[in-house]
Amino acid sequence: MTTPRVGERTGRIGDSTARPDGTPKVTGAFAFSSDLYLTGMLWGVTVRAPHPRAEIHGVDVGPALAVRGVAAALTAEDVPGRAVYGLDVPDQPVLARDTVRYQGEPVALVAADHPETARRAAAEVAVDYTVLEPLTDPRRALDDGSPQLHPGGNLVRHVPIRRGDPQPTAEVVVTGEYTVGMQDQAFLGPESGLAVPAADGGVDLYIATQWLHVDRDQVAAALGLAPELVRLHLSGVGGAFGAREDLSMQIHACLLALRTGRPVKMVYSREESFFGHVHRHPAILRYEHGATREGRLVYVKAEILLDGGAYASTSQAVAGNAATHAAGPYEVPNAHVDVYALYTNNPPCGAMRGFGAVQACFGYESQMDRLAAACGLDPAEIRIRNAMREGSAAITGQVLDFPAPVAELVRRVRDRPLPPQRSTDLRAMPGGVGGTTHGEDVVRGVGYGVSIKNVCFSEGFDDFATARVRLEVTGGEPVATVFTAACEVGQGLVTVQEQVVRTELGVDRVMIAPADTSVGGAGSSSASRQTYMTTGAVRAACAKVRDRLAGRDPASLGDEVIDATVEWRHRPTSPLDPVTGQGFAHVQYAFAAHRAVVDVDLGLGLVKVVELATAQDVGKAVNPLAVAGQIHGGSAQGLGLALMEEIQVRDGEIVNPSFTDYLIPTVLDMPPMSLDVLELADPNAPYGVRGVGEPPTISSTPAIVAAVRAATGRNLNRVPVRPEHITAEGLSVEAGR
Amino acid sequence: MRVELTVNGEPQVADDVWEGESLLYVLRERLGLPGAKNACEQGECGSCTVYLDGTVVCACLVAAGQAEGAEVVTVEGLADGDALDPVQRAFLDAGAVQCGFCTPGLVVAVHDLLARTPDPAEADVREALAGNLCRCTGYEHILAAVRLAAERGGEGRS
Ligand code: FES
Ligand code: FES
Repeated sequence: MTTPRVGERTGRIGDSTARPDGTPKVTGAFAFSSDLYLTGMLWGVTVRAPHPRAEIHGVDVGPALAVRGVAAALTAEDVPGRAVYGLDVPDQPVLARDTVRYQGEPVALVAADHPETARRAAAEVAVDYTVLEPLTDPRRALDDGSPQLHPGGNLVRHVPIRRGDPQPTAEVVVTGEYTVGMQDQAFLGPESGLAVPAADGGVDLYIATQWLHVDRDQVAAALGLAPELVRLHLSGVGGAFGAREDLSMQIHACLLALRTGRPVKMVYSREESFFGHVHRHPAILRYEHGATREGRLVYVKAEILLDGGAYASTSQAVAGNAATHAAGPYEVPNAHVDVYALYTNNPPCGAMRGFGAVQACFGYESQMDRLAAACGLDPAEIRIRNAMREGSAAITGQVLDFPAPVAELVRRVRDRPLPPQRSTDLRAMPGGVGGTTHGEDVVRGVGYGVSIKNVCFSEGFDDFATARVRLEVTGGEPVATVFTAACEVGQGLVTVQEQVVRTELGVDRVMIAPADTSVGGAGSSSASRQTYMTTGAVRAACAKVRDRLAGRDPASLGDEVIDATVEWRHRPTSPLDPVTGQGFAHVQYAFAAHRAVVDVDLGLGLVKVVELATAQDVGKAVNPLAVAGQIHGGSAQGLGLALMEEIQVRDGEIVNPSFTDYLIPTVLDMPPMSLDVLELADPNAPYGVRGVGEPPTISSTPAIVAAVRAATGRNLNRVPVRPEHITAEGLSVEAGR
Repeated sequence: MRVELTVNGEPQVADDVWEGESLLYVLRERLGLPGAKNACEQGECGSCTVYLDGTVVCACLVAAGQAEGAEVVTVEGLADGDALDPVQRAFLDAGAVQCGFCTPGLVVAVHDLLARTPDPAEADVREALAGNLCRCTGYEHILAAVRLAAERGGEGRS
């Protein structure tokens, strides 16, 4: 498949079926969480700490309450239930009580009848702080003299991997130290939702999230309510990319609604959004690769520090991923890996598309290029020589019992014709519409990146999804309705659910009920898992419905309603051995390869990505058009990390919390993207599917940086690459390392 | 203050408007037209793109008072009843919609582009849409949608 198949529309698996939410999205009728409205509702805002580390001696909300139009102002004293929350470790205060651990930490809440009134009143809340020296260097986190930010110390998790010979030697050895900056998910739809108090003492929360049930459980605990009294309803989600896996305003809006007895809406501004969700972990990676003269890997040694920031979020799992993916999609008999996730007073970091595999990939792919140079091999060739295949063992000892066409993916991108040398349109030059060059000082380079990514939850997590399918005759026609708590975040999950039902039941009319917590959990729309999991669950529920149909035509059901619910699990995984890091940790791996072609203006250090070619194995393209969209969008986020996207943190403070200063790729930054989509079915997965969303985000970054290195001869050991790393000063920056 | 304006052909009145409110706030929170989105409130993302007296603007940068007496057209005003505008149709057919948060602004921006330049070159399309951020699609299918709408010609385009 090179271009999405249009042609015949069956609405079944393998068809580029149109999205059921497409029409409301193009007409403006689709209700995102920031669009919700109820008569009499209040607006909630958050008071946030301006310091990355401080003690709190008192919070006075009196002046805020005195503002006309203010209905409530709350502090930590007003949290009736569990005072802390967190995905894996409940270490994050709902509202800070005595300690502030990052700039922007919520301290108090205000609700008023107009958002501006609420904002002004929030500015009146008086907090008595003693400012403390923040711990901002993750390399210092474990030093004796460093402050302990949490009772258990500053180590969130250490993941070792020990495989093969502990003292390996090799003919060719290359080393490198690499740095990955802090990337933001920068979804367009800000954190928002509407909490509505209910007559039974509970609350209904309409929310944009990735995981309804885990939100529900954390909200209920903080409110001190039974989970059944906290009902979550998925509202329109304006993108997620990991940033909605942790709570933002969920508990806060519910606290205000229950206190005031009125509906409360909260919507973060863009600036607040930069403080209101976790980011991608910045990383420092030290690598040593050993190989034979022919370029066959003998060993990989790696030490990776992940700056987790102030709270744990998903740092434990991110560290597990960075470790298990540390050597990339390559066969290597000996490995010695240590990954450390650490607490600091920097912004909290957690899930973002690629989840630990992004950081590792920039390290191991940079190393593969160094190794190719040291062995006198072409960068594509060294990757093909070492490529994993079905039957290969990962550095965890896990044997790949599914297709792993890594070499083929590299060949596909390598063998594509290269784009024409130079466009005559000056807008296609580095600097683009700025017109900074007419082609003088512009050099071209080509680079490769290959990714590996686990799909679904790993390391023994009990990972399941629930689906309920109801079949009945309505208006003389059979209609199937699907109920799940699975979150449509833009990826097209609602379409996929329809496609499964049409395929399994042969019923054309399929309705997708709004996702909420009235059915069992679906797990998160993350880890490239939701199509895999919910497809599995919906298909299994359809099979149950089919059993009860017992061969009858669905149209002949009359008044009978068939209703079946299934809780579906993928095959179990196991934890990593705590000493050796060995174990069957992952359900499935997905792979992608990129080839990037760039033009670089050596004088100004500006980069124009001319073309980005991707080859990816998706197992089965359930919806080819949506698959292509995932690969394009993922590749764009990887381009952003390579060249422009970084939350800049100085002394624990974010200096660029806006779209003016935090740049994401525009349409001018994106090159044409050609795709080669392979469909080698995974025998363990429903329909053979393989997660799609993450691999393209992972490998486009190193491919682009490799192309810039090839064009410029610079080392470029950090992302994002800045113009000053490329221009003449770049040489002295590198010499000083 | 009171602001009177025409939105999608209908006369509208907004009362109790605070001086600092933007046209975007008035549309979304006072007139019940949340189609135009707020993703930055700084003129950086284009999610709030609407027509103001025939010219596309970022509604977040227009003070409500500046829209007094103006003709505003939002994404909600492009379709003719159930008949989608060709630009909207093309966004659906080309797979240009994922989360859809950028979509209303982009639909209006493309509508304007094709009204002015019915058959734009790709470089012109990129330049024209550079102020509209999309985080989901990498823009490839959005460009395909513009091509598709242009190929299908101007029939029905207002
Ligand atoms: S909300 Fe107006 S440009 Fe972003
Ligand atoms: S479709 Fe999500 S931002 Fe464009």
